[in-house]
Amino acid sequence: MACVKSQQCSVWVGTETGILKGVCVSRKQVYNFCEMRSLTRDEEICTITWGDEHETEVLIGSVNGRVKTFSTEKGIFTESRECADLTHGRFTGIAVTDRSLITCVESGLLKVWPEAGKETVEINVGGGVCRMKQNQSEHHRVATGGKENPLKVWDLQRPDTPIFIAKNVANDWLDLRVPVWVRDIAFLTHSNKIITCTGHHQVRVYDPSCQRRPVLESKFGEVPLTALSVPSGENSVVVGNTHGQIAILDLRKGLVRGCMKGVAGSVRGLQCHPSLPLVASCGLDRFLRIHNLQDRTIMHKVYMKSRLNCVLLSSKDLQQCVTDEDKQLEEIKTEVDEVWDAMETVTEKSNKRAAQDEQEVQEVTEKDKKKNKRTKE
Amino acid sequence: MDFVEVPVSEDASCGNTKVKKQKNGKKRREKKTENIPEEPQTAEPTDSSLPPTFSISDIKNKQRRHLMFMKLKQEKRKQKLQLRKKRKQEREALGDKAPPKEVPKTIENQRIYDETTVDPEDEEVAFDEGTDEFSAYFNKLVNPKVLITTSDRPRGRTVRFCEQLATVIPNAHVYYRKGLALKRIIPQCVSRDFTYLMVINEDRKVPNGLVLCHLPDGPTAHFKVSSVRLRKEMKRKGKDPTDHYPEIILNNFTTRLGHSIGRMFAALFPQEPQFVGRQVATFHNQRDFIFFRFHRYIFRNEKKVGIQELGPRFTLKLRSLQKGTFDSKFGEYEWVHKRHEMDSSRRKFHL
Repeated sequence: MACVKSQQCSVWVGTETGILKGVCVSRKQVYNFCEMRSLTRDEEICTITWGDEHETEVLIGSVNGRVKTFSTEKGIFTESRECADLTHGRFTGIAVTDRSLITCVESGLLKVWPEAGKETVEINVGGGVCRMKQNQSEHHRVATGGKENPLKVWDLQRPDTPIFIAKNVANDWLDLRVPVWVRDIAFLTHSNKIITCTGHHQVRVYDPSCQRRPVLESKFGEVPLTALSVPSGENSVVVGNTHGQIAILDLRKGLVRGCMKGVAGSVRGLQCHPSLPLVASCGLDRFLRIHNLQDRTIMHKVYMKSRLNCVLLSSKDLQQCVTDEDKQLEEIKTEVDEVWDAMETVTEKSNKRAAQDEQEVQEVTEKDKKKNKRTKE
Repeated sequence: MDFVEVPVSEDASCGNTKVKKQKNGKKRREKKTENIPEEPQTAEPTDSSLPPTFSISDIKNKQRRHLMFMKLKQEKRKQKLQLRKKRKQEREALGDKAPPKEVPKTIENQRIYDETTVDPEDEEVAFDEGTDEFSAYFNKLVNPKVLITTSDRPRGRTVRFCEQLATVIPNAHVYYRKGLALKRIIPQCVSRDFTYLMVINEDRKVPNGLVLCHLPDGPTAHFKVSSVRLRKEMKRKGKDPTDHYPEIILNNFTTRLGHSIGRMFAALFPQEPQFVGRQVATFHNQRDFIFFRFHRYIFRNEKKVGIQELGPRFTLKLRSLQKGTFDSKFGEYEWVHKRHEMDSSRRKFHL
């Protein structure tokens, strides 16, 4: 049964209690993929990502330093490996290249785990890392950033030096240094730019081919921004903050296009659908919400019982996953219809009634006509 | 006098004409009914000077309007009484067979269903609550120790309010703020084994806010405080409370957020109450307002209980719940009250 369930799910959510949750949006059902008895707090899920391109595997990084592989086809955890110590802090990002796994932890230790046998590559990207993200078009490039740790882009084929280090913005009007605190990063694949959002409520766009300082900076709200995601089209960005405000910012001038309503607590995870105008958000208020990006209405809202840390959307249509099941249901329905067709119908009484009704209706219409005539006169 | 009288008479005549007109209108309407309701549409435009229905607010004379209104009110009241009497009689006539009384509609029992309402058998929520920040207290590993302080330079009632709170909460210490920053107080509190930091904010000598911060690692709740009544201002209050640990009552904390808040209040007081003191502290949640009362009770006989309020009393309303210790700038909020988004329905409650 489990495998049927997991195939239906189109949204995956990692929780603070260590449960991986799959949500079947069209049926409004939530499935827990976990042993409920063996729950512990140190299995809290920090990051979640797809394990392969066909989206049959989900990779989960938990607080205790294990990376687990969950198969969406089988509906079970297939693999689990130790990738970090507790002393290094939580996972800030995991990613997959052709054959190897990339992990990054808070202390700044970025590791590349090739498949069996080969030695791991270790890079120290600097302490206080808040996020590591992979470039979706060039898988061997990753970006890191964190508290007092500026945005850096690494080429994993040449791991010695970063290929891009962001330069801090100019001092402020009191000639004081502006603090650095990158909270989330995203690559713009079309224009080769990088977007970051910071703990000091700035959204910055970097263009590595042009200069080291941001080419665009805009501010949203007054509290730290925690997550960001770029919708398809890449001319806007969705950001969320610790007060539960989600906004769409335009990337041409950095202005707010609109805000999403209905979020009560800090946003921890944001993801836009790769093709549809949808954005999924989750956070400390224990709700998964799916908003429409065009009219900003809330489309789905699911209560998940635990605080949520990260969200993962599948690239297929949210409703599509159920069609197979529906087909089966339809077949059953047609059978039922046949039974009904085979039955004889009892018509007499109902006919009489129907006739009466018709008469009444006629009378009424005649009256109406009269009225209309009078009014015309 | 003439000057006054004339307009009155005019007005009176005016009123009369109105009444007449109204009568005319009635007659006309009767006529219309004779004609069978076929031509209301044609009739209306000709009679547009007359209001189709008579309403009291159309009377221009104020005295007369008032009079008519009183009459109308009386009539309505009479009708209502009659109806009630009739119903009562029917009820008595039917005796036992009478249908059960209708429950009046209130905004509480018409409450919009909240999907976060906690099911006591839910494994996941039980696990979540069993391992949260208060689990140490509920597993009887720590004893609560509370530090009460105020915003800087408290005046008037706030000081007394703090003192009285300290008599309600056992093991509470009131400290003068001395202009210290909360972020610097918190580490000191943690090192001295305090489990709660309570900050009362005042505005123009009136306590209006309460920050309740659980230590060592949160959460922090921010409440609005209103209708504070100190012991001195209360009628029929009992003698001053004793040092015994009170019992606590938490009412109506049903949703997931409500549970967290309820647990927060529970962890303020020591786990095992001393029943000798016969004192009870109540946190009653109604329509998202939390009412605090402090009573002493006595069992007079097997059926009767006497209670005596000891005070203080106050009302709290949750503004936000923040994860971690107090950090209003960089802290992550678990729940923030957003008035225009959340208070769209009067029947929606969050606690």
